[in-house]
Amino acid sequence: MDLFLQNIVNALQWGSFYALIALGYSMVYSILMLFNFAHGDIFMVGAYIGFGVATALLGFVAMTGIPLPGWLILILTIIVTMFFTSFVGIFIERVGYRPLREAPRASAAITGLMIGIILETGNLAILGARRLSFPQLIESTTYQFGGVYVTNKKILIVGVSLTLMFLLHRFIQKSKWGMAMRAMSFDFQAVPLMGISIDRIAPLTFAIGSALAAAAGILYGLAYPVLDPYMGVLLGWKAFVAAILGGRGSILGAALAGFMLGFIEIFAAWIFPSTLRDVIAYSIILLILTLRPHGFFGQAHSTQLRL
Amino acid sequence: MASQEQNTRQGNKKGFRAWLQKLLAGIPLIGWISGLFAAVLIEYFLGDLISYYLGLPKIPVLFGFLTVLKKPLLMPGTTGYLILVYGLPILLIAKSLRKPANRLAAFLDKGPVSIGAVIHLGLFYGAMHFWTDLSDYRLLVLKLTMIAIMLTLSINVINGYMGEFSCSHPGFMALGAYGASTITLLLFANDKLFGDALLPEALGLYFFPLALIAGGLIAALGALVIAIPSFRTRGDYLAIISLAFLFIVKSLIENLEFIGGPRGMSSQPNYSNLPMVFTVMVLCIWIINNFVRSTMGKALNAVRDNELAAEVMTVNTRKTKIIAFMFGAFWAGVAGGLFAHVLRYVNPGSFGIQRLAEILAMVYFGGLNSVTGSIVGAVSISVLSEALRPLEIYKWIIIPLLLIMVMLFRPWGLISFTEFNPKELMKPKEKKIEGK
Repeated sequence: MDLFLQNIVNALQWGSFYALIALGYSMVYSILMLFNFAHGDIFMVGAYIGFGVATALLGFVAMTGIPLPGWLILILTIIVTMFFTSFVGIFIERVGYRPLREAPRASAAITGLMIGIILETGNLAILGARRLSFPQLIESTTYQFGGVYVTNKKILIVGVSLTLMFLLHRFIQKSKWGMAMRAMSFDFQAVPLMGISIDRIAPLTFAIGSALAAAAGILYGLAYPVLDPYMGVLLGWKAFVAAILGGRGSILGAALAGFMLGFIEIFAAWIFPSTLRDVIAYSIILLILTLRPHGFFGQAHSTQLRL
Repeated sequence: MASQEQNTRQGNKKGFRAWLQKLLAGIPLIGWISGLFAAVLIEYFLGDLISYYLGLPKIPVLFGFLTVLKKPLLMPGTTGYLILVYGLPILLIAKSLRKPANRLAAFLDKGPVSIGAVIHLGLFYGAMHFWTDLSDYRLLVLKLTMIAIMLTLSINVINGYMGEFSCSHPGFMALGAYGASTITLLLFANDKLFGDALLPEALGLYFFPLALIAGGLIAALGALVIAIPSFRTRGDYLAIISLAFLFIVKSLIENLEFIGGPRGMSSQPNYSNLPMVFTVMVLCIWIINNFVRSTMGKALNAVRDNELAAEVMTVNTRKTKIIAFMFGAFWAGVAGGLFAHVLRYVNPGSFGIQRLAEILAMVYFGGLNSVTGSIVGAVSISVLSEALRPLEIYKWIIIPLLLIMVMLFRPWGLISFTEFNPKELMKPKEKKIEGK
């Protein structure tokens, strides 16, 4: 029983990475009906920018002697990194996706993939092959509830990602920009005629998605401190699976499916030998998609997307 | 061939281009191939001498790309070598053989296509044989390029002709590679995994095609896992299903200890020699080209353009999808089997996301729905990625940038939606003055 609860805690943490990344895929899809295949690498870039920001902040603290507490540095890091990484997203939209809006969808997918490879290689070229380790901004303490061990980092990771998801939900439901995005995902053709420019909504979507991916990158760096340029590839593709599983273009679906993917993977590794994790997890996904071909919240025809 | 590309690149000026067109006009394919053959022979016998007098340390292996990128000062020598060994002989021989070549082409044109094709390919193979005889590196690059052509063609059947976005090709390739390797290692090789050979090793080379076919069939069976869900869904969901399939195959192979697990399989017998790879590739191009030009190929296009309308027009969409997936997977499996015996080592890591990006890059670079495009894409990406090797990781910035450029300016790829007609290619060119 304790082991079961322990695995739930681990799955929540693991799922929040997937969910945060999957949200970016899903939002871009709902607006442009294209997948941003560079998204996994934006996650990686976010982690590296976060590394840079955190190191700079720590250096600032050491230099000036202003005693900033660790949690404040962490929050500042997350906010600043989200801000910077959103420009990466805007840049990718401008360079790779805007010229291809009318082109066949596969071309945009290939462009995204290639931008991803450029980001990985560029990182490798600039920083070299050495692995960086993410600075530990907060002291790790372990709480024990019954037989379940919960570190404060796990609570923080799940908490921050749930908060971000809630904020995103409020933004999309309540703000004017969110309304424009919902309208755009409802009807791609008519909304530009109503005076809402797709050239402003699409970069905004990319920016928000990238910011979420950056937050995921920092949280990932807290949990698994080793950064390498290819860390986004596998995680990104798996989050893409989650985005599809949730139903394309569905924000709630993407978040839920992200957590579900985390649960499936962790529990597959717990029940079966851990090397069989991918086999079991993806067989389950294959089965789900065979039985329910449009995901959980998706609709059969993509003209009616929800956001 | 190389000179042709160079010449067209220079021909930006109007008058020069017209002159060039006139210069190159009227030479049938067999003339060009004879020119290539002669150039390769010249390199074979005189290459060392020419490179010595041009101040090069040794024969430029891959059209001088590697030499120039490592030592830029050798640029003039390498250019001179390319012109002396490839450019001039190809042009001169092709030009001077124009009349007999045209007569031969006209004669072959009357007979069946297969005879003409065999003669052309025989000559071409001869050229390749002498070309690769000079260095093992060339041989490896050529074999891998041919395998890349097969992979690209086979994915074009699914992604181009049927219009799905299938991500499972490395998975099919892995199934074929492991299937074929298991058979050859079990039967014909003394190795760690399966122990002594069961059959005399002399039989191996004759059984190898059967092993390849078996590998292809295993891959085709695997394709059923994707083909059956494809009845109900397509597009992004199918992309995910195929991606999940790729993860499953890779992870399954990692977990099966009797085929080596994560360590992979090694010491496959050296059966993938040049004639074998060349023959299989030619067969692959021929069969796939006939397949996509048949009624079945048109049915594929119909399913891509409008599935409902295709169904109404009596196309059996289910059968079409199953056949297309299994057919594409079969050839990917065969290519995988060859791949395993070229490198003589496979492990699950070689069939991951990286390989997928590579294959997708080739097919979308070359052009969808086109056999010629696939060949062009596979050859250019694989030769480019070898030629830019001295740039190390910057290679992986240049190639993606190139691909993005292609996508921005030609969203369907370089040469898309064309038919590949061998008869048209081999026709005599004497009568037509325009066009080369």
